[in-house]
Amino acid sequence: MGPQHPSTHGVLRLVLELEGEVVLKCTPVMGYLHTGIEKEMETRTYHQNVTLVDRIEYLSNYNEEMAFYQSVERLFGLEPPPRARYIRILMSEMNRIASHLVYLGSAAMDLNVSSVFLYCLQDREKFLDLSEMVSGQRMMPGYFRVGGVAEDLPDGFMAAARAWLDEVARNVDEYDGLLTDNLIWRQRLDNVALLSREDAIALGGTGPVLRGSGVPHDVRKILPYGGYEEFEFDVAVETGCDAFARYRVRMEEMRQARRIALQALDRMPDGPVIVNDRKVALPPRAELARSMEAVIHQFKLVSEGMHPPAGETYVATESPRGEKGYFVVSDGSNKPVRVHVRAPSFYNLQTLPAMVEGRPLADIVVAIASIDIVLGDVDR
Amino acid sequence: MGETSILDRLSHSVPWDRVTAAEDRGRAVVQVPADLLLDVLSAARDTLALDTCVDVTAWDRLPKQPRFEVVYLLGKAGAAERLTVKVLAVGDPPRLPSATVVYPGAGFPEREVYDMYGVVFDGHPDLRRILMPDDWEGHPLRRDFSLSEEAVEFKGHIPKVPSQIIPYFPPGSPAGSGGKTPR
Repeated sequence: MGPQHPSTHGVLRLVLELEGEVVLKCTPVMGYLHTGIEKEMETRTYHQNVTLVDRIEYLSNYNEEMAFYQSVERLFGLEPPPRARYIRILMSEMNRIASHLVYLGSAAMDLNVSSVFLYCLQDREKFLDLSEMVSGQRMMPGYFRVGGVAEDLPDGFMAAARAWLDEVARNVDEYDGLLTDNLIWRQRLDNVALLSREDAIALGGTGPVLRGSGVPHDVRKILPYGGYEEFEFDVAVETGCDAFARYRVRMEEMRQARRIALQALDRMPDGPVIVNDRKVALPPRAELARSMEAVIHQFKLVSEGMHPPAGETYVATESPRGEKGYFVVSDGSNKPVRVHVRAPSFYNLQTLPAMVEGRPLADIVVAIASIDIVLGDVDR
Repeated sequence: MGETSILDRLSHSVPWDRVTAAEDRGRAVVQVPADLLLDVLSAARDTLALDTCVDVTAWDRLPKQPRFEVVYLLGKAGAAERLTVKVLAVGDPPRLPSATVVYPGAGFPEREVYDMYGVVFDGHPDLRRILMPDDWEGHPLRRDFSLSEEAVEFKGHIPKVPSQIIPYFPPGSPAGSGGKTPR
């Protein structure tokens, strides 16, 4: 099956051994989207690398940048100012909603519910407009920086974000009504792609795959990073262990993400959006006209980049697909010696054989959709 | 902090004089010799109840020897406890016992480490390349594997090999030494 199969959400090949309609053995074969990002990152400065980072988990760019900068900032021992932390969390949580909307749309599309797909992508499109407001880009924003974010939020953004969050809340309830009690949807998802709690833990599943199997494991809650400890939210857990449980987890997560985003909007602090450390952050444009010092810092940062202290680090974060972390090794130069991405889709794919073996062939489509795979994340 | 106590608790179940434990930027790290690896991993699973292998990766320490350090990140589902186990792989090809007997979740990432660095994991049930094509030569994430352009079958195309795109400077060499590649 695959690699050119529409329901694999990318280029994934599955070698299947069948007996009639029943899958005896499933072996995922990946690498079709391998672009050597980890190797490329070793030849670029920390600032240039964000271009590559954005392209790994391409449905949730803000969460991805968040993960990368958590590790780099841990190397520096930096803490971004409060406003920057709130902006990051606001963008990440809105991105989480947009990413789950793509899951919902494409999972529904795989089961031939094409109207939900259109609705979901319409909502996501509006998030992409918001992304364009803050960063100038719909995807691959490159908006976060080491020690903060690139620019302050533009005028009118807070109101636009609030309007979108309200609209999405109404729409998610509507999709919930369309799907949750829909007989066909239930028959296709209930008790399909079963993954026991033990298998999910042993095979390294994270995110909605693990939470759908009854483990309340959310990195934002257990190992708070980037300021999440200041926010109130509940971890969505379902004990069904099947595709329907994962669907319910993501629906609830969209509501919780909205809750976090609204708290960030309500309590958005004033102040700078990036640290005042000239070895890391560019000096403000106005300073360049007056201060020779600022020009030197600007020149050094643009031409050479920043030099984190030697050492290695790993910071776990919660991407929409599970635990995402960057293992970064620095030798004190301006380029990393090693960047390894702990990719949630890669580990979640490892659970796929356990979900589909001994089950009918048609369930594979549901199983792949239920782990919400992003092949850019698997193959890097 | 909970992380220091993890090292204390581990110290009762492994020969502590042969491992180096440290606290590094909030991470509990133990450096173990290769022959103790499986003992430490089993102890982590059985006495510390770290039930999941969160990540396995490696990095190339060139020019230091032995070159390859494999890093295991262990965690507990639903809890904040984390333990990083580091081990140096020696030999040519570098060899290590496979962690899959203790943590089945190490299956895919060990294949990735083998693919990218050529570290052979003895006892792995299915040690094949995972991201690179099966007939690929070499291990691309090694530091002495230069970035180069792959030959493509276009008419009149002369591939730039070895890398003229981004030259490789061995650590410690004067910058701008002409980009000689060590291979």
